[in-house]
Amino acid sequence: MPDPDETPVLSVRDLNVRFGRNSIPAVSNVSFDVGRERIGIVGESGSGKSTTGRAIMRLLPQRAGVTAERMDFLGSPLLEKTERQMGDLRGKDIALIMQDPRYSLNPVLTIGKQVAEAAKLHLGVHGKEALARARDMLVRVRINDPDRVLSLYPHQISGGMGQRVMIAMMLLARPKLVIADEPTSALDVSVRRDVLVLLDELVRENNSGLVLISHDIRMVAAFCERIMVMYSGRVVETLTKLEDATHPYTRGLIAAMPDPKNPVRRLKVLDRKSIEAEINS
Amino acid sequence: MIKVENLDVVYGSKGKTNHVVRGVSFSVDRGETLGIVGESGCGKSTVLRSLAGLEGGWTGSIMFEGKPVGKSRTRDELKLAQMVFQDPYGSLHPRHRIGTALAEPIRSMGAGDGWSRVADALTQVGLPAHFASRFPHELSGGQRQRVAIARALILSPPILLLDEPTSALDVSIQAEVLNLLADQREERNLTLILVSHDLSVISHMCDRVLVMQNGVFVDELSKQDLQAGVTHASYSRELFEASFF
Repeated sequence: MPDPDETPVLSVRDLNVRFGRNSIPAVSNVSFDVGRERIGIVGESGSGKSTTGRAIMRLLPQRAGVTAERMDFLGSPLLEKTERQMGDLRGKDIALIMQDPRYSLNPVLTIGKQVAEAAKLHLGVHGKEALARARDMLVRVRINDPDRVLSLYPHQISGGMGQRVMIAMMLLARPKLVIADEPTSALDVSVRRDVLVLLDELVRENNSGLVLISHDIRMVAAFCERIMVMYSGRVVETLTKLEDATHPYTRGLIAAMPDPKNPVRRLKVLDRKSIEAEINS
Repeated sequence: MIKVENLDVVYGSKGKTNHVVRGVSFSVDRGETLGIVGESGCGKSTVLRSLAGLEGGWTGSIMFEGKPVGKSRTRDELKLAQMVFQDPYGSLHPRHRIGTALAEPIRSMGAGDGWSRVADALTQVGLPAHFASRFPHELSGGQRQRVAIARALILSPPILLLDEPTSALDVSIQAEVLNLLADQREERNLTLILVSHDLSVISHMCDRVLVMQNGVFVDELSKQDLQAGVTHASYSRELFEASFF
């Protein structure tokens, strides 16, 4: 039997997603493996990065046609699972952290109820025990006064704290794979870093795989071992360092970001015609 | 060009007041671009809204071109400063065609129906003139922000107030919009105030930056400071470190 640490957590070959009868696929022929590592997916809006994340979670609507030669989670094919089996996996083994905690937390339940619910569902504990687990997890995400926060409603906490609560809820069951879809874009710059460091730390501790989806190529480069760059549904390049970028799209994206250390009068803009030509050649 | 003294904004009434802007003073020269940076809730947008005349409850003094302006503005005062908002999806009326949206400032200033200037306004911001007959949902985010800039410029104001003009856009589209703003600034000798939480955008665009925290300015940075990474207050150091890692 192969060493469990050696088999990839997630292995995807030729993932295709098509919405309705749309002739243009939203995701086409995307292949990658996620081991116990951090991998980033970057691209503009509409590049298919979030759709890829949702396809893995099987959260896309019925009208989306998802096909893949292989989409294995710890060796078992995800596309063959029933909705019920997926329900058991989601949240427990594969967790999704979304962009804005204001929308992903239930506004009418206290933080304590929501985090304890995750403990009830995935760890099979009840009542006081579940609440105690929730409290421990809030301490782990460095919330200083967990007892007070447990009794608060989502609108009473800040965005940064909301995202910590989301991370606590999602990582409570120690999932093997964490998909974080723009986890910090709704947050202030000053708390972004803390949230990412925390996420990184917990993922390492659990020895899980992390897929970080973002439009911010610099941030992804700072946190991930590998970066996949997506453009119009395709992976155009996989990088380990930003400096190695050779594809005109990746280079264009990097050049479009203002850099205070190298001031320019005009920023470079993407030359989409030549990028299209390069991709289709 | 712009001179603000002791600007104070307090929300709420007796007992439960929220002092958002605490006596700030600053001035901006003609043709200069001033940046205001800070976290959400620090009061940076409120300063901008007070300048634009959208905020009623301020005290202190605001002067444009040496003349003080009050809380309610005359048409001539309104023509001096125009604003571009953060969210291009929210700032254009969904059921007005682009042409209607662009002609509206001229109509509301009583300077004719404005239709004759729509085509020019569109081409100036790099959009084809036939976009006038489209609805906002038929445009991409970047194109919508161009329309919002065209609408702000159609009255030829000497001052443009920008509230996070690119934070809803992709970096590649952000570059296009920032280039457009830089070109227009040069062409019309505009005075800009740019509010953002993104230090790299601020330092790309601005000659001078004010760092705001809890309703007051805690630091002022020149272009040279930004390039060299020099800061004078611990808070701006923190912001700096969080922005460029």
